[in-house]
Amino acid sequence: MQVSLNGALRAGANGAESIEIEAATIRELLTKLVERYPDMQDHMDRGIAVAIDGVIYRDDWTQKIPAGAEVFLMPRIEGG
Amino acid sequence: MAHDNSYTGQKFEVVGNRFLRPDGVDKVTGRARYGADANAPGQLVGLVLRSPHAHAIIKKIDTSRAEKMPGVKAVITSEDLPDLTGGDAGMAQTLENCMARGRAMYDGHAVAAVAAVDRQTAKKALQAIKVTYKKLPHVTDVDEAMKPNAPVLHPWLFTAGVDPKPEKPSNVISRTQMGHGDPEAGFAEADVIVEKSYKTEQTHQGYIEPHACLASVTPDGQAELWVTTQGPFTYRSVCATLLGLDIAKLKVTSSEIGGGFGGKTHVWVEPLALALSRKANRPVKLVMTRDEVFRATGPTASTSIDVKIGAKKNGTITGATLELRYQGGAFVGMPWAQLACMTGFACYDIKNQRSVGWDVVVNRPKVAAYRAPSAPMAAYAVESTLDMVAEEIGMDPVNLRLKNVAKEGAQAPYGPIYGPIGIEAALKAVKKHPHMKAKLKKGQGRGVACGFWFNIGGQTCVDLNIGTDGTVNLAVGTVDVGGARASMGMIAAEELGISYDDIKVVVADTASLGHNDTTEGSRGTFSSGMATIFAARDAINVLKERAAKMLDVPVEDIAWEKGEAKAVGKRYSNLPKLSLKEIARKSPNTGGPIAGHNEVVADGAGMGFAAHIVDVEVDEETGLSKILRYTVVQDAGKAIHPDYVEGQMQGAAVQGIGWALNEEYVYGKDGRLENPGFLDYRIPVASDLPFIDTKILEIPNPNHPYGIRGVGETSIVPPLGAIGNAIANATGVRMTHAPMSPVRVLDALDEAAGMDQKVSAG
Amino acid sequence: MSDAVLVTTKVNGDVVEYACPTDEVLLDSLRDRVGLTGVKEGCGTGDCGACSVTIDGQLVCACLVLGVEADGREIGTVEGMAEEGELHPLQQKFIEHAALQCGICTPGFLVAAKALLDKNPKPSENEIRYALAGNLCRCTGYDKIIRAVQDAAKDMRKSRKR
Repeated sequence: MQVSLNGALRAGANGAESIEIEAATIRELLTKLVERYPDMQDHMDRGIAVAIDGVIYRDDWTQKIPAGAEVFLMPRIEGG
Repeated sequence: MAHDNSYTGQKFEVVGNRFLRPDGVDKVTGRARYGADANAPGQLVGLVLRSPHAHAIIKKIDTSRAEKMPGVKAVITSEDLPDLTGGDAGMAQTLENCMARGRAMYDGHAVAAVAAVDRQTAKKALQAIKVTYKKLPHVTDVDEAMKPNAPVLHPWLFTAGVDPKPEKPSNVISRTQMGHGDPEAGFAEADVIVEKSYKTEQTHQGYIEPHACLASVTPDGQAELWVTTQGPFTYRSVCATLLGLDIAKLKVTSSEIGGGFGGKTHVWVEPLALALSRKANRPVKLVMTRDEVFRATGPTASTSIDVKIGAKKNGTITGATLELRYQGGAFVGMPWAQLACMTGFACYDIKNQRSVGWDVVVNRPKVAAYRAPSAPMAAYAVESTLDMVAEEIGMDPVNLRLKNVAKEGAQAPYGPIYGPIGIEAALKAVKKHPHMKAKLKKGQGRGVACGFWFNIGGQTCVDLNIGTDGTVNLAVGTVDVGGARASMGMIAAEELGISYDDIKVVVADTASLGHNDTTEGSRGTFSSGMATIFAARDAINVLKERAAKMLDVPVEDIAWEKGEAKAVGKRYSNLPKLSLKEIARKSPNTGGPIAGHNEVVADGAGMGFAAHIVDVEVDEETGLSKILRYTVVQDAGKAIHPDYVEGQMQGAAVQGIGWALNEEYVYGKDGRLENPGFLDYRIPVASDLPFIDTKILEIPNPNHPYGIRGVGETSIVPPLGAIGNAIANATGVRMTHAPMSPVRVLDALDEAAGMDQKVSAG
Repeated sequence: MSDAVLVTTKVNGDVVEYACPTDEVLLDSLRDRVGLTGVKEGCGTGDCGACSVTIDGQLVCACLVLGVEADGREIGTVEGMAEEGELHPLQQKFIEHAALQCGICTPGFLVAAKALLDKNPKPSENEIRYALAGNLCRCTGYDKIIRAVQDAAKDMRKSRKR
């Protein structure tokens, strides 16, 4: 499936706007991401969230990724 | 057990009403205990010595005289806080912010601390500490700090996100870019293009309660911390790391909190209080002064922003760009400009957009989150520029916003597509609102602006325990910053089908409940609300099991309705219904205590949107802008307790009003903060304001059983833009520097008049 | 406390004695020596009103008065507002109108609002706003506070008529 990268994360993936990764869960996605792009570890340490069809998952890595979903990686935000 | 967090459209009996808060009586009688209100046997008074310089090498700290003074029990410097952060750069920066390590990075940076038997002695001890400084060049302005010849704060700081990688260190932490489409192609299609630059000054959260704590460390490595905080579990893990304590052996109890707004999500003096207690082997109470709060805690970023928006004559925005420069204080903390990139254009569906953020260090206190952090400044720039575009093409500013408003399916500036969101409904409600039709007099103007904030969920955990009389204790781990205990009690009552009065909600300490993320990001009601629903349902399962035993029927045949267990089926028609109270009374003989628990990662927080209307009167002689009328429209998803939802909307709007009109950090040429007090840092008072009207919209968040969205932060985002637009509407002058204080408005009016004269003379 | 002075005063109707240094402010005396921590410190410079108390009926910031100045006078704090187990109408209305969020400013607002209503039982909205302009609240935007004071004033006028 195609995974889009927010601009803040692209440096970790050699500048790619989107990448092809097959993953059934967020955990699998992030694991494969770091395997393929070791520079992503820095971004992982700072915090990454995964938006699946527009719903932002910051923490639950067991979340399943349905086939055909829009998947977007973005920085993990906090707030006041 | 996994629970389904989908919105179900459940009908409510309790939720949506206005019950009295359980902590109300304590708070109106003076009984409620805040950070400074706890005492321990043998406690000492802790005080902190702070740098008077914006940037200086600390050559020597001589504490010998202070240490010898009678009544002084401990003096600490950074040497008493060895670096135990183990390569965690963020944690190391937190440690250095708590206590300078060889270099003072800003006016107010802690240098040493003392603990003594009383305040008088502690004050004398501070005066007896001799610090030898060597002053260094400093920089406090974000634009100045980015210049090539600026004094460099950190020799190890090389800008990330630029190509090629820089060879020299600078004050620029990182460059971030996001967006989609091709803005340049968009501008080429535009009929009009407006470009404008803005500045916003640094503001403080301004909570009325200064940071305060009571720390006690014993020689066997156990510790307790009573503290005003938004996040006792976060404080626990950070303090445990910095002090080298075991997490389980540090019990953090959050006191009642006298306001936080993001400023009490970070540790400041708490590690110092623990270190003092450890050294003195006595409890230490440490309460910051207001001066310290301003100089050394929590301000938000000051910024410098460029906006460019292109539109067709019909109002369609064809392209838009933002360049955002945010200073985060002297250390590398959260990427504040990056957050701004994510929020600036979030209310609109702009096909071709780009936001570029520059995070910068300067010699100011380390920036902390402040309610929808980074969003109000970007919104000020965008919403002001939108009104200018509307004027250029001769379109009503609300219609221009509606023409481009983001709807479900639109792509957010940070990338993903939106689910159901409420900004179109908010703008439509604004358009229909009677406020929009009210007459304005000469010198008065009206402005509208929109705002966005994400909202978050996070790790959450609650315990629900049913007593033998059928009353219920609900222990939550999210700090109650504005009435959440009432909302949580209502949710538990709703689920269990019992009276709100039968529920007592407490905020648990860190030794009594599993980890809960900090109350930040508008997550309290969303996430603890979710966990409370699931914990109550968990308890209902137990109640059903017990009822089955009492009635001698299989549990599968028991249903739970309106607070009662009932055996379903004709053959059970002679069996009585059992109330929660009856089941609870028998619980000692049916299996023991009845409880429900839930541990959850509350993901799926709904986006928060708001639109505001404001009427302003500008006194052209004094430059003073008076708020005449103010209306907040905001989507709450579902308002559990409408009073406290309105309260968030009103409070956030007024913080935004303060930012728009008065509040700013003023630094002198010497790099020192010139107004560290409420007299000169003026927050709005009652006589500055009208009533703040509110309209709550309820567009359910599909990812919460009740449809809840966070409501705490969003409404601080629109006021700056709305007020700027109202001032422009009143005077014809566009303000580009916030706060739009009397002096700035006067200068802008004078400048406009001067230009007019020039034009007429020519 | 080398320079301590013995002070005899009346707080919320009760005679109280304490010894305090001559440079100690009444705020600290009330909090640390009398144990009335309902008197809050928000600034220590008279700008926020969280430590509002009355001295002989006069509204003051306890951080701007010395502890020794209480000698022979009558002090009123938030702890003395409820009488015989009944909340003062202002206290009740603050809860009913959700006029507090964090509650740190509430004691000061209540003391200041009571001082206003004692002098002026029927204040206009503007009079309330200006009378309370010395009390800072960062949570509520003042909306519900003003409404609570208006409502309490109305109730107090009614009960006086009865």
